[in-house]
Amino acid sequence: MSTKPKLYYFNGRGKMESIRWLLAAAGVEFEEEFLETRDQYEKLLQGGSLLFQQVPMVEIDGMRMVQTRAILSYIAAKYNLYGKDLKERALIDMYVGGTDDLMGFILMFPFLSAEDKEKQRVLIVQKATSRYFPVYEKVLKDHGQDFLVGNNFSWADVHLLEAILMVEEKKSDVLSGFPQLQAFKARISSIPTIKKFLEPGSQRKPVPDDKYVETVRRVLRMYYDVKAN
Amino acid sequence: MSGKPRLTYLNGRGRMESIRWLLGAAGVEFEEVYLETKEQYEKLIKDGFLLFQQVPLVEIDGMKMVQTRAIMSYIAGKHNLHGKDLKERALIDMYVEGISDLMQMILMFPFSPPDAKEKNLESIKERATNRYFPVFEKVLKQHGQDFLVGNKFSWADVQLMEAILAVEEKVPDVLSGFPQLQVFKSKMSNMPTIKKFLQPGSPRKPPPDAHYVETVLKIFKK
Repeated sequence: MSTKPKLYYFNGRGKMESIRWLLAAAGVEFEEEFLETRDQYEKLLQGGSLLFQQVPMVEIDGMRMVQTRAILSYIAAKYNLYGKDLKERALIDMYVGGTDDLMGFILMFPFLSAEDKEKQRVLIVQKATSRYFPVYEKVLKDHGQDFLVGNNFSWADVHLLEAILMVEEKKSDVLSGFPQLQAFKARISSIPTIKKFLEPGSQRKPVPDDKYVETVRRVLRMYYDVKAN
Repeated sequence: MSGKPRLTYLNGRGRMESIRWLLGAAGVEFEEVYLETKEQYEKLIKDGFLLFQQVPLVEIDGMKMVQTRAIMSYIAGKHNLHGKDLKERALIDMYVEGISDLMQMILMFPFSPPDAKEKNLESIKERATNRYFPVFEKVLKQHGQDFLVGNKFSWADVQLMEAILAVEEKVPDVLSGFPQLQVFKSKMSNMPTIKKFLQPGSPRKPPPDAHYVETVLKIFKK
């Protein structure tokens, strides 16, 4: 029996991608089971593995964890990526909350109509450049350290890098007004575990395509009519 | 200068209500500043209080905290309501996040267009009775303890209590199939800090009305 965490999700990013990033950043190997059919999903439901009938689900340390935020918090704490005390944890939670909200605009993007996609793209870039990126730019500028919190690599850094790369996929020069973030991106990308995760052949998933959207809709029987924010 | 936490939000439930509940349950007194105008909100942004230009804002222990979950996690951690170890914390987090998904439906309800209200109400009832309440009914039945996690009062109990009352406001007989939850509700109501929070005159806010919705739109709509 493997003691590696096992991830249950679609073969695509969605809500599981942040968990893949964090495990990888922590240097933790993991297995994945990909949901491809409605039957598989119903079997998981009937077997009682999904506490609230939803994925992501991660089998880890004898638990069947659900709820993305709970899973991420557990992994961060277990692998010392959650600050050294309550106040550092509070900062990390705040920063992750921000990047989570930003990535939330991108999460539903693949499910939108072509017209709504254009509107959403504009919204994503606007939120990134006027609300979120300036905050992290300032944090880094003010303390001059390599990492967002406590001069130590943490969950907040992993999450921000993930968000930066996702927004860049929507607008490649989006970091042009953010020199600190450019340096941050280069620095964090060269951390060995992250560098490995960014290489081809890793468990990082590609930008969601129509096949991914079709699979999610078919398996969950949901998300047929998603509107832009 | 008061050492009490200071909450900045509208004079209504919204995303701040869970924070009021948690502070109330922990027996922590707090102050509140109510946003009533767009100008007040814009001034807060201009003065650098709102990290992501959003409320809730809670000034606590020298920090200007934003992001509801971050705030609640901090309060829970500080007041020993977040379990005794990582695994208890994981359970509490799972339960809280699940309940929060249900609460999100209630949060958005007052803002639904009139022709969607009945459908949304039905969704709240369906989710509560088929997805969320059965989980906690089962948890309580299986371990037979008073509290959800680790035989000790925690953030998860507070959040569940808040959710039960919020759903009951919309679906009065929603607990009829859940005997464990009925007992749970009664036990929680009798805990001194919660009992106090449930009394008139406490910081607990009433259900959102048209005036609240109007104020939200006035302050935040672009």
